[in-house]
Amino acid sequence: MTSESASTPGIDGDYEALISTTDVELLKRAWRNEKAAPEILRFESALIQRIRGQIQLMEETVEEFSGSSIDPLSVSLYQMDLDRTQYLLRSYLRIRLQKIEKYTFHISNNSEVQSRLSGQEKGFARRCNEDLERHLEESVLSKLPDNYRDILKQSIISEENDMVPEPHLDTFVVCKSRRFLGPFQLDGSDELLEMKPDDLCIIHYKSIRERVQEGEIDLV
Amino acid sequence: MAGQSDPHQSLFSAEEVEFIAEDEMVEIIPNLRMDALNFICGDFGPFFPQIATQVPLWLAVALKKRGKCTIRPPQWMSVEKLTQVLEAERDSQRMFEQLPFHYVEISRLLFDHARDDIPDVYMVRSLIEDIRDVRFHKVETNLETLTERAFALKINNLSAMEVNIVRPFVGRALQAFYKHDSLELIPDQERVSDRRPQVANNATRRHLRR
Repeated sequence: MTSESASTPGIDGDYEALISTTDVELLKRAWRNEKAAPEILRFESALIQRIRGQIQLMEETVEEFSGSSIDPLSVSLYQMDLDRTQYLLRSYLRIRLQKIEKYTFHISNNSEVQSRLSGQEKGFARRCNEDLERHLEESVLSKLPDNYRDILKQSIISEENDMVPEPHLDTFVVCKSRRFLGPFQLDGSDELLEMKPDDLCIIHYKSIRERVQEGEIDLV
Repeated sequence: MAGQSDPHQSLFSAEEVEFIAEDEMVEIIPNLRMDALNFICGDFGPFFPQIATQVPLWLAVALKKRGKCTIRPPQWMSVEKLTQVLEAERDSQRMFEQLPFHYVEISRLLFDHARDDIPDVYMVRSLIEDIRDVRFHKVETNLETLTERAFALKINNLSAMEVNIVRPFVGRALQAFYKHDSLELIPDQERVSDRRPQVANNATRRHLRR
């Protein structure tokens, strides 16, 4: 079952690649990128919706098959395919939830990051935030001296929110380019780097952040 | 993601790397007749006895386990090809030979489940192990030559499993270089006794103060 719609600008690149890439391939790519990236990436809502639909259809089909005269070998193979796809989907969603939990205060203060979450994830993030705030208030902050009670700032005299853990965007990641990328500047230096398809590079995540979102570079 | 909090563990577990590798296509010769399989991940078959067909590795292994097919080992898994690769690896200090990205996982799965389908399996296995050793040693020696801040490192032709093993160390090493090797923090060699951090500037040279 190949994907037809071109609605997600993040993952769909060339048109030829589009028509020959299955949804499972796209999901696998999204999953790998999400696992390797230090920050949370844009939610692939169209892709996830299609996958969910396909999984549901397949679950119903397998149920029909188990009752009918289709040989058990085929049924177990269909079940394996179903399990594999479900694993990818669940792992993708779980990684994102882990990141939301880890950076919950950062996310709640940053509307750009929030725009990358799905509707359900936003709800989760909000509840996570409230729970964590309440917990910290009750167990720690209320017992600290007056000037140090804020959850976001170390003390009243802090100018910024310095108690908020943020994703480390300057970790080094391994990546592969899908097509020829003309020389581009690396973050923090004057050097230019160009990448041919299938070149493996270890780079500062910050330098390639946008290209990952655009789907030009895949994290490995 | 669980791996990111523990710097000693890689992002992907070995099983996950194998999971990714299991989608690679491989040729099988079925010994049964079966209708086409319309999976979420693609359509395969229909299957006829003795007619070779391409399927993903996980499907091939599943069928093989149930005795429903034989697996044809991929072209690169022959004694001649592997001997060539091994010699080339030994000859070159910095370059890696081109091998399938998932060669480690594919060969491991085939050794575990389809040993009888591989001609000269012991030779093939020992060649692959040697290749792995030579490559890994090459990675180690090349990493030792990292002496300064690198913004990007090209590691072409490294395979998935090798990348995964090397990733935590290289990531931390490069990051440590990045943090400590910053130009602003290194005083110019000529001004060793001047403790205030200065930007290295070759245009103006000052005399050492005693």
